[in-house]
Amino acid sequence: MRKKKIIVLDADGVRRTVTRIAYEILEKNKGIDNLAIVGIRARGAPLAERIVDIIEGIEKKRPLIGILDITLYRDDLSAIGEKPVVHSTEIPFNVDDKTVVLIDDVLYTGRTIRSALDAIVDFGRPKSIQLAVLVDRGHRELPIRPDYVGKEVSTKGNEVVVVRIKEVDGIDEVTIEEKTS
Amino acid sequence: MRKKLHRKDLLGLEDISAEEIELILNTAVSLKEISERPIKKVPTLRGKTIVNLFLEPSTRTSSSFDLAAKRLSADTVTVSSSSSSILKGETLLDTARNLEAMRIDAAVVRHSSAGAAHFLAQRLKASVINAGDGSHEHPTQGLLDMLTIREKLKRLENINVLIVGDIAHSRVARSNIFGLKKMGANVSICAPPTFIPYYIERLGVKIFYNLNEALPHADVINVLRIQLERQGKELFPSIREYKELYRITKDRLQLAKSDVLIMHPGPINRGVELDPDVADGISSVILEQVTNGLAIRMAILYLLITHK
Repeated sequence: MRKKKIIVLDADGVRRTVTRIAYEILEKNKGIDNLAIVGIRARGAPLAERIVDIIEGIEKKRPLIGILDITLYRDDLSAIGEKPVVHSTEIPFNVDDKTVVLIDDVLYTGRTIRSALDAIVDFGRPKSIQLAVLVDRGHRELPIRPDYVGKEVSTKGNEVVVVRIKEVDGIDEVTIEEKTS
Repeated sequence: MRKKLHRKDLLGLEDISAEEIELILNTAVSLKEISERPIKKVPTLRGKTIVNLFLEPSTRTSSSFDLAAKRLSADTVTVSSSSSSILKGETLLDTARNLEAMRIDAAVVRHSSAGAAHFLAQRLKASVINAGDGSHEHPTQGLLDMLTIREKLKRLENINVLIVGDIAHSRVARSNIFGLKKMGANVSICAPPTFIPYYIERLGVKIFYNLNEALPHADVINVLRIQLERQGKELFPSIREYKELYRITKDRLQLAKSDVLIMHPGPINRGVELDPDVADGISSVILEQVTNGLAIRMAILYLLITHK
């Protein structure tokens, strides 16, 4: 059960933020040569799709796109009885010498990104790996920092950041909600 | 989303639910991609130990289980009958208990006696996976056959599967029948009467004795190996007669649908139950079965082995 909802970004806010991140990725990497946008399942995947669409609109060329499922790389797998459902990973290009930009919805402890880094290097040796997140909510447990941040949100222990993405949840919004249990 | 198999062991498809089969097949689809990577390995089962206890000859199944474990980063030991203390008279239970004393997480068991895997599963804390027990079940073969059919035909429901050959001695046939019926497929069998077990009608399959009558309905033909090592010669008059009546040949295949799938669990007796030009022809998905077998075994190991 969750109660008390503060809206951090509404649908327009999500759209503007994703657009800005797409521009920043282009600016920092000076175009799309050797650029690969890789979304982390579940909600990073549609975000990556949107960023690629925006970049294509600007550059008239589509960067490489991939999807990463990090389930098999989680560090808490053996501690749980029920197994997270494994979904497919789709990296339809050689990652060697590419600049890979990982896309995720929320950056929190950093453990998901740690898993994603392991997963990506299992496909080869990228030139560099960057990280873009829609929301950074702090409370890192690992030395990981994002290169592109949509919104920084400071949260207390009893609060959760909930990102809803149209393709997965039917609506675009970012909210802070209080945990009651 | 989290899901699990409601069991410690995989012993057969007779007592497993359609929902669990669905979970295994879907997990296998996701894991298949790992074997296509330049580095064919993920760290998921790092630090887990799996013993492959193969007390009956096997190439495909034993290497498939071994590779499945290794692609998930588990450590494996393979014990085969010819090199084990079973030859010195050690009982199966003693062998397994000794292996468990080495803190294994799972045992994959192939044995010539029906029930061998059940026997061990009741006595070991480790997960037990049945890799074939006598004429009883071979669940991972049933699963990989279903995955192959689903991959090619996009569904299992209402698909007509014809199994040809020695049904009575075939654990592959039994696991296929149990699994396919649960997933809503229609199963027919075709064999000489001596190859058809007395209980078969209870399983809800249609029986044909004449191959030419059976072929036109099939979407899939699963051709079983004539197991010359498993039965006495008295079950059919001669191999020559069996070949004349039941061998799948290019000519006979004219009676079947043009897009029928030909499957075989291997090893093939070329020219006995299946002609080489059919085994290697465009309808054959026999090598895809092998590729899918690895993915199914990876899925089973992922879903069964947990923190203990």
